[in-house]
Amino acid sequence: MRDVAIIGVSQTKFGELWDISFRDLISEAGLKAIEDANIEGADLEAMFVGNMSAGLFVQQEHIASLIVDHTGLTPLPCVRVEAACASGGLALRNGIMAVASGYHDVVISAGVEKMTDVVDPTPAIATASDQEWEAQQGVTFPSLYAMMARRHMYEYGTTREQLAMMSVVNHKNGALNPLAQFPMEITVDQVLNSSLVADPLRLLDCSPVTDGAAAVILCPAEDARKYTDTPVYVKASAQASGTIALHDRRDITTIDATVHAANTAYKMANMEPEDIQAVEVHDCFSINGLLAIEDLGFVEKGQGGPAIEDGMTERDGRIPVNPSGGLKSRGHPLGATGIAQTAEIVWQLRGEAGKRQIDGIEVGMTHNIGGTGGTATVHIFSN
Amino acid sequence: MKDIVRGWRHIPQRYNLIGSKCNHCGAVYFPVRVICPECRRKGKLEEIKLSGKGKIHTYSVIHTPTGDFKLISPYVVAIIELEEGTKITSQIVDSDGDNIKIGDEVELVFRKIREEGEDGVISYGYKFKLKK
Repeated sequence: MRDVAIIGVSQTKFGELWDISFRDLISEAGLKAIEDANIEGADLEAMFVGNMSAGLFVQQEHIASLIVDHTGLTPLPCVRVEAACASGGLALRNGIMAVASGYHDVVISAGVEKMTDVVDPTPAIATASDQEWEAQQGVTFPSLYAMMARRHMYEYGTTREQLAMMSVVNHKNGALNPLAQFPMEITVDQVLNSSLVADPLRLLDCSPVTDGAAAVILCPAEDARKYTDTPVYVKASAQASGTIALHDRRDITTIDATVHAANTAYKMANMEPEDIQAVEVHDCFSINGLLAIEDLGFVEKGQGGPAIEDGMTERDGRIPVNPSGGLKSRGHPLGATGIAQTAEIVWQLRGEAGKRQIDGIEVGMTHNIGGTGGTATVHIFSN
Repeated sequence: MKDIVRGWRHIPQRYNLIGSKCNHCGAVYFPVRVICPECRRKGKLEEIKLSGKGKIHTYSVIHTPTGDFKLISPYVVAIIELEEGTKITSQIVDSDGDNIKIGDEVELVFRKIREEGEDGVISYGYKFKLKK
């Protein structure tokens, strides 16, 4: 296997982008990544695109052809990959494997979701759960995470305020990110007084509905300096599966897929949790950010709440979490999220993260979840 | 049409709470599975009728439902640990969530679940209520 490097990244502005179509979003992300990598479109040998549900959000399948066509890259081979909200992480991983194997040299991995072309996106989002035995009962996505939160509060004494702090810290970082959907600070009181979505979770515990796209360019590590002075190296790429239905988990307050993927990633990179200097976690809901801190091994099970309350996850804390603003503040265009997380860690490792830059960072991690934990990817990068 | 067929296929499980039991390891599953995840090919699954008695493992009160459930909002959903050991996701009827706590005993009831999509096909199935 060859080592793999990232030589270019991009992210579009995230938000409710009424005047930008699905195809224009992904094209913008792709072009920016190609420019950032200082390559030509013709240098690309393969494309992987993460997308959860173009079929339900914009009534378009066969997006692999659509994207290659619209970007003028025919006959480039393209593969669309899907694992709900972890589709982006999968696209990255498949690109990495294509380069590592020696099958391709220069590959683009991208992610895109256009969620605001439908009046109500919730039925589409609900298809990430078990449609026949969860959604059929009237369960919504926020309510599944709400049930994890309720049980975590019951077992470990996690407080409503600690969950709110997850959102507050995200927004503190996101306020410094010009590409974020909601670049403003919020307070604990605002979270606690926002409208109930699925008790105990409130509106400001939930990531928003977002349009957006992101892309990364990969090449063999040994070639990276031909293209850039600031390559970022892939130290580990791991993926694991869990049960699709939340009720079938061994423990509903632990996402075993995260634990398995993280353990594999640490082993691949020959690293420990203490070696990670920044992490982008999948905080689709505040509770999932808290679970990630535990399941990635940064604190013991049950200690996520106190860790957030004590400032451990802030940019100057022991393990800075979501310097980008996370899914909560940056936004969560489902299939694009895993790639946007990667772009943020690459900018941090290059020292290009502007006002939200973490000083002296050499190792970063991304954590992308599909559904309630049916799929997890964990990646580790270094400069 | 697809809603009718999909619902019809699941009538035995949804009306009578039919699950699977593995005769090799003794584990019980709901819904019915083809393969025991513990024993895989060594396992031997047979269908069993579950008792419908269990305890609240966790719950939530939904205030922002999807389309087919808007008329009953807000409503309570829960993960219930059945006495056979398996867990199931279901609504809790006759409750606004204030009178529920983790560990409360619940029992099976048969109810209308939803009118699906534009065709309005009614599906029936299991819900649970607090045991008095």
